[in-house]
Order: sequence, then C-alpha cells, then structure tokens
Amino acid sequence: MPSSTDAAAERCGILVPSGMLGAGFDPATVARGLTLGPDVIAVDGGSTDSGPYYLGTGTAKTTAAAVARDLRILLRAAAEAGIPLVVGSCGTSGTDSGVDWVAGIVREVMAEEGLDLRIATVYSEQEASFLKEQLDAGRIHPLPPAGPLTASTLEDCAHIVGMMGHEPFAEAIAAGAQVVLAGRATDTAVAAAVPLMRGMPAGPTWHAAKIVECGGQCTTNPRTGGVFATIDHGGFTIEPLDPDTACTPISVAAHMLYETVDPYRMREPAGTLDVSDATYEALDERRVRVEGSRFEPAAQHTIKLEGARVTGYETVSFTGVRDPYIAANIDRWAELLRTVLVERVAQTLGLTEDDYAFDIRLYGHNAILENLDPDGRPPREVGVMLVVNASDQRTATAVAKVANPLMLHLPLPEMAYLPSFAFPASPAETERGAAYAFTLNHVVDVDSPTGLFRTAHDWTATRA
Amino acid sequence: MPDTATEAPVLADYAIEVRSKNAGPFWVTMELFMRDAAGYAIAADEELVNEALISELYAVPAETVRIFRLPALNVVKISFPRPVSQAGLRDRDVHAGQHHVPLACVRVPARHLPAGAKDDEGDGRA
Repeated sequence: MPSSTDAAAERCGILVPSGMLGAGFDPATVARGLTLGPDVIAVDGGSTDSGPYYLGTGTAKTTAAAVARDLRILLRAAAEAGIPLVVGSCGTSGTDSGVDWVAGIVREVMAEEGLDLRIATVYSEQEASFLKEQLDAGRIHPLPPAGPLTASTLEDCAHIVGMMGHEPFAEAIAAGAQVVLAGRATDTAVAAAVPLMRGMPAGPTWHAAKIVECGGQCTTNPRTGGVFATIDHGGFTIEPLDPDTACTPISVAAHMLYETVDPYRMREPAGTLDVSDATYEALDERRVRVEGSRFEPAAQHTIKLEGARVTGYETVSFTGVRDPYIAANIDRWAELLRTVLVERVAQTLGLTEDDYAFDIRLYGHNAILENLDPDGRPPREVGVMLVVNASDQRTATAVAKVANPLMLHLPLPEMAYLPSFAFPASPAETERGAAYAFTLNHVVDVDSPTGLFRTAHDWTATRA
Repeated sequence: MPDTATEAPVLADYAIEVRSKNAGPFWVTMELFMRDAAGYAIAADEELVNEALISELYAVPAETVRIFRLPALNVVKISFPRPVSQAGLRDRDVHAGQHHVPLACVRVPARHLPAGAKDDEGDGRA
C-alpha cells in the first residue's frame, strides 16, 4: 500500500467504478482501471435523490445482492492493487444502520473471498439533544430556502445525519484502514480524501472529485460505468474506464451542471470550489485535461445536516377511466370525486378535513404537472390515483375504502347511467406505511472537521 | 423531445436536450442544452427566458429563481426552490425529472425566426 503521508507525490489516481454502489458495472472496466495506476478506489453509496424515506427508515434503496456483487469485484481489486477502497453515504442515507449494513456485506464477501483487509466504519448520525445545544449556542444556520430551526423540529426527526468532508476518511486511512465505510458524506469527499492526503492541490482535487462522483455521467455514454481521474499539481486529467466511451470538454464541463444549483461554485465543509475560470481541453479523443480550478478555504468549517420525520401514514388506491365522456370531462369529474369523498368521509367516519389529507392524481391527463401542464388536450384514458395521508394507517385505509365505491361508480350529475371504472387490482387499497419528509436544510459550525463523526477500526481488537 | 401542442417552434426544437432534476432535496434545476450558438442566443435572450417567465411557468416567486447563462456550453441553467416537499402528499415528481416540459414548450418569438415564419408574438407560452 502506498504511504498515506507521502506529500511529495507527483500524481494521484482515483478509480470510480460507477456513480452508485450497487448500480453495477462491467468488471473489465475495473480491471482496465487498475492498469492506469490508481491510488484509491472510491464509490458513493447514497443520495437524497429518491426521497426522505431511506433516511427516515434507515434502510437502503439498493438491494444487498447488488451491493455484494459490486463489492466483491471492488474488494478484490483493492486487495490486488494494495490501495484503499472508500465508500461514502453507505446504505443510501448514511445512517448508522446503513454503515453497519454495508459493513456486514463487506465482511461476508471478504470471508467468502478469503480476503483480509482492515475495515474502518465512520458513523455520521447525530443526537437531537447535542444539536439542540448547538442551536442554543447560535451555531446552526439555515441554508436557502430554509428558515430558522426550532428545537421541536430536531426532536421530530426519525434520523439526523451530518455530511462529512474528506477528513474522517483521511484519518481512517492514515490509521491504516484499507476499507473505509462511511455514513453520510459529501459526494465529493469520497474521491477527494486520498489526493488531498498525498498533497495534491485542493482546487483540482475537489473539481475532479465533483466530476467523478456520478461515474460515467461525465462521459459521452453514461451507461458504460466508471471513470478514472489523475490529479497532479497543475490540474487533472479524466478518462472513461470503458475504452469505447469518451470524455469530451463538453461532457466534462457539463457535469458541473448536474444536480447543482450553481454550476460555478460548490460548498464543501472546508470551503468552496470555484470553477469559474476552469479550462477544459481535449488531450486526445477520450481524455480531457482540466486546469484553473480553485478552492477557497472557509473561515468557518461547517457540517450540513439532513433529517427526516414521519408526516403520517399513507394508503393508495388506483382506478382507470376509459369512458370517453368522463375522460373528456375529467377535471370536473375529479372535482366531484373530491367533494363527494369529503362528504362521505364526514358521514361514515365522522372525520373532518383536519383529520386526514388526500391527493387525486390523474395519470394520462395532468398527474405530473397538474395546472402547470402546457398541453390541455382531452385524454383517451386516465389513471386515477388516490393518495390518503392520516396520522395512523387505519384511518388512511378507512378513507380509501370510503372512496372505493366512488372510484368504481361515480357518475357526473348529468349522466343517466352508473359507470363502472377499471380497477387494476384487488384489493384496491395498498398500504404504504409511514410517509416521511426532509426537515433540515441547515449547517452547524464545528471546531473540528472530524468532531461530529465516530470511527471504529474493527481490526484493533483482533489484530496487532 | 416533449410533445408540442402547436406547430410553432418551441425552445425544445433548438435544443439537444431539455432536462430537469433535483439539486438536493430543496431545489429543482433545469438545463436547456442548445444545439448551437444560434439556439443558445434564443434560450439566453433575457427578454424571453427570465425570472418572470419561470415564475409564470412554475408558479414560484420570481425573486427565488436563479438563471445561469453559459455560452461556452450553449447552456442556460435555471434553479429554484422546490415548490412542493419532496415525496410529500402533493409531490407528483420525486426526482423532479419531468418538470422540464413547460420550459421546453416555450414558444420562440418571431424575432428569433427567419423572416416569413409564423408566430403570434404571444407571451412565450406554447
């Protein structure tokens, strides 16, 4: 394994096999990446993109079999090359349970493969009580568009995680870890840790880390998997791991736009990456050279917080309308369904609209954009989805059951017959369980970049 | 390429891709990847694509809209706070992946079209 404190290194190579652990990749691309001389294999294990459920429940979006499949290839590669494997945001949301879940898979795979690598787990979950102290001390600040935080919002969270920067990774590797499995981390921290340890400049390192975080997204064919970035003292070079795919100046520069609010400036815990003056130059048909990226260290190190709370329990029901008359008058029909449902729920369950909430979505008409849709043409068939939210599952399902005869038979007032709509399944109601919302969009000031995180080295107890 | 309700040219007709996506749980971001400098000139026209248009298309306050014009990439990028809580009861697009369509369907005004092309010089909406 290369020395972790070798500040005189001239270059540092990062192998990123894919944008997400468990997304899959061709093993040949990793084998090719090993020939390019990587110093680290880095992969992201999570995201908030699919919603607050995963943080709220502390469960993963990916399936264990897919994560194990990817890890088997990556653990072998890391062992063969004698370089660290670094995984961030384990288990999708980076909860402690997510870290333990991935660690369990890693141990199983290592046992099966006869590998003996030193594992460090870095936990990122935060106690509401600790954060309330920070709030009282004026050390928590909102990010736009959030407002000030209250103590009760912290108490309501099912889970809270802090997004670590590169420092906890670097500390774990410096202590001898060969596999680092971290809780919530910035997408970039995973790739930035080893280059920064090797003394690579912060501007190119953070910029390269941002470009590689989604794997092949910065190439001309994002489906082919991973990328390889080589950082040096003047900038970085990036190429795809698949020989038939290319990085072009446009494909690389355009990745700064992906899932970012501001394409020029990006805040990390330790400071801000500024790519306003970065240049992108094709070295050949598939490699791009990037120079001119800057990193401005922040006066105050901050850790971003993410929290999720339960907003209620949901039940859904879905029926299909093909009747041409009703389809042609579908907005009026949906309005009638809304009105009659509220009346019937009051009659049968004795509930007012304060006791529950519901949404009617007209798929095939305007379910996605609703009144923002620029195309108001009459639909041919419409899927009517009812979503009910209540403070307990039984109430949500009861409301959906009251809606059932209406979703089967509700006619428009002028109709002389009773229509019957098309339910695709029986029973019609599906209980979705708890529903969650993201509640925190705040940062906390910290004195130490590693202070909020806890690292466990699992070899200390059993090995020298 | 989104459906267009009329034959009049819309922004999507001059674009390689128009896309939308979450930028974290609290922001939506959209990009108009225009085909060439001529297409970029249309999308980057501040009289056409501006905070007021986005406010109208997406029912969001104009002062929260951020617009970035990137001539080197022929891209116009637009970000605004998510108007609906992600995965909440009223959220119909968890990844905000289909919200580019109203933007893509914005009608291109006559001043950007070759002489003789028809257009009603409307409010920009198709």
